[in-house]
Amino acid sequence: MTGSATLRQTDGRDIGPAPASKRDGRRSAVRSRAARRRGEGRAAWLLLTPWAAGALLLTLGPALVSLYLSFTDYNLFNPPHWVGLRNYTTMFTNDPRYWDAVRVTAQYVVLVVPIKLAAALGVALLLNRGRRGLGFYRSAFYAPSLLGASVAVALVWRALFSTGGTVDHLLSDIGVHTGGWIDQPQYAVYTLVLLGAWQFGAPMVIFLAGLKQIPADLYEAAAIDGAGRLRRLWSVTLPLLSPVLLFNLVLETIHAFQAFTGAFIVSGGRGGPGDSTLFYTLYLYQRGFTDFRMGYASAMAWVLLLVLGVLTLLLFATARRWVFYAGQERP
Amino acid sequence: MTAHTADDASPASAPGRGAVPATRVRRSLIWHVSTIVVVVVLLYPIGWLISSSFKPADEVLGNLSLWPRHATTDGYRQVFSGIAGYSVWHYFGNSLLVSAGAVAGNVISCSLAAYAFARLHFRGRGPLLGFVIGTIMLPQHAVLIPQYILFQKLGLVNTFWPLVLPKFLAVDAFFVFLMVQFIRTLPRELDEAATLDGCGPLRIYRYIVLPLLRPALITTAILTFIWTWNDFFTQLVYLNDASKFTLPLALQIFIDQTGQSAYGPMLALSVLALVPIVLFFLAFQRFILEGAASSGLKG
Repeated sequence: MTGSATLRQTDGRDIGPAPASKRDGRRSAVRSRAARRRGEGRAAWLLLTPWAAGALLLTLGPALVSLYLSFTDYNLFNPPHWVGLRNYTTMFTNDPRYWDAVRVTAQYVVLVVPIKLAAALGVALLLNRGRRGLGFYRSAFYAPSLLGASVAVALVWRALFSTGGTVDHLLSDIGVHTGGWIDQPQYAVYTLVLLGAWQFGAPMVIFLAGLKQIPADLYEAAAIDGAGRLRRLWSVTLPLLSPVLLFNLVLETIHAFQAFTGAFIVSGGRGGPGDSTLFYTLYLYQRGFTDFRMGYASAMAWVLLLVLGVLTLLLFATARRWVFYAGQERP
Repeated sequence: MTAHTADDASPASAPGRGAVPATRVRRSLIWHVSTIVVVVVLLYPIGWLISSSFKPADEVLGNLSLWPRHATTDGYRQVFSGIAGYSVWHYFGNSLLVSAGAVAGNVISCSLAAYAFARLHFRGRGPLLGFVIGTIMLPQHAVLIPQYILFQKLGLVNTFWPLVLPKFLAVDAFFVFLMVQFIRTLPRELDEAATLDGCGPLRIYRYIVLPLLRPALITTAILTFIWTWNDFFTQLVYLNDASKFTLPLALQIFIDQTGQSAYGPMLALSVLALVPIVLFFLAFQRFILEGAASSGLKG
């Protein structure tokens, strides 16, 4: 609406000095614009048809249906049976495995996100020194992010951390006898934390791109003012990088909550030993697709959705305290 | 960028500054050596995988060296003699089919939607684009079960349709957004000139935007291929018969086989499953890294 108002204005100006024809010219210009707009709207919806079908049938619709199913008992074969809040009350008060899953997932997220981001930031700062071979190093550090999500690498992890595997061997050599980490409830989740942190290349690439956008004259000015290397890192680099840090933090937190493949492969789909690798998504999968308790799984999915939504909002709310936007230039 | 790197640049940029180059060279050497050490540690699991796939089963866990004592290709031979009653090419073919279908779907549907969002005026564009951005963050699990029920009612479970069809409906909002951002950087004058020449939106999309969008299309194609090739969760949910299994599911068969005898073929197949990704990465590093980086900055 505001768009059309400004258009009329510019049209009026463009038409120039002939006052008699001005009004007609303006009107026909407006009319043809309006007609084009209508045509454009039709064309837009034609082009958007696949997207709109997907948004309705595969995103919005299913999200609402899963909310409905979360209040039912549904096993895929009989029609859904309304049970009110029972799935939620069972989950929160009467399902110890659910709380195992919550605990394991929280533990994983709290460990993997900071470790991964610290490694990503550290290596990005290391690589940003402008030495030769940056391209090679960047690719080498990024490679695990492409490979790490695969079943193949998860199987490697399973072998590396099994009893008698490489890690067990090396630790025994320095006198630490832990046995295979994947076989022991107190260590198993750490193998998955390491698998997640190993893929720090993805946030690192984003940090590197952010570092490149920091204007060099800020560093020069800081150096002239006598700021040392640490001071420059603390007072120039980190504030200017904070929007990128916020983005990575949100993205990695959301990813970490949804980790699945590693836990499934390392525990053989069971989440063991003793539920120690029972990630939230793995338990959701078991409930939905092994036990066919689709209503219960839907309730779990909605709790996950709400938790992620609230967490994202909280992260953005804290951002006002520590994210620095003044240096950002609009392109 | 160049100004920023100038102060660390190679000695060549500062000739005749006496003793400075010597310390610079030493520092640079220390930097390179330590970085390479980190890279070696980081990539050890991949080296371990490749070397272990040539080790006999009793050496896989026992021998820490990356050099096999008794190199063998037994694992590969077992893989090529078939897994769960099907040839290894069967699983490769299934993975390829799913990945290629996903690539075609994302490239077509996301570019159509992105062009409409970036260039055309229509009612509700702002809120709808907001919806697209919102769904980037949406966890798959929130829509998984109704989607599964839908495909089950359509009789499409245990086919490739649930894996490919959504891509043709632009459900990967991330790529829509990536392309919207890219199209916004293209000069509008081209569209306007074409409009004056009588081109409608469809022809502008086909003859102006699509050719210029090529870098973003390539990034989308590569990332979609790699992510679909690696994807385990969706394929695990929808495919439940070895005749339809993709490589990740074929690999997963091995976790139920305990004992050392399974190591040979398992590791050999793992190597083979990663080969296409590594080749893609080597061939398209620039696109992959730029796509990965820009996804963050513009977000």
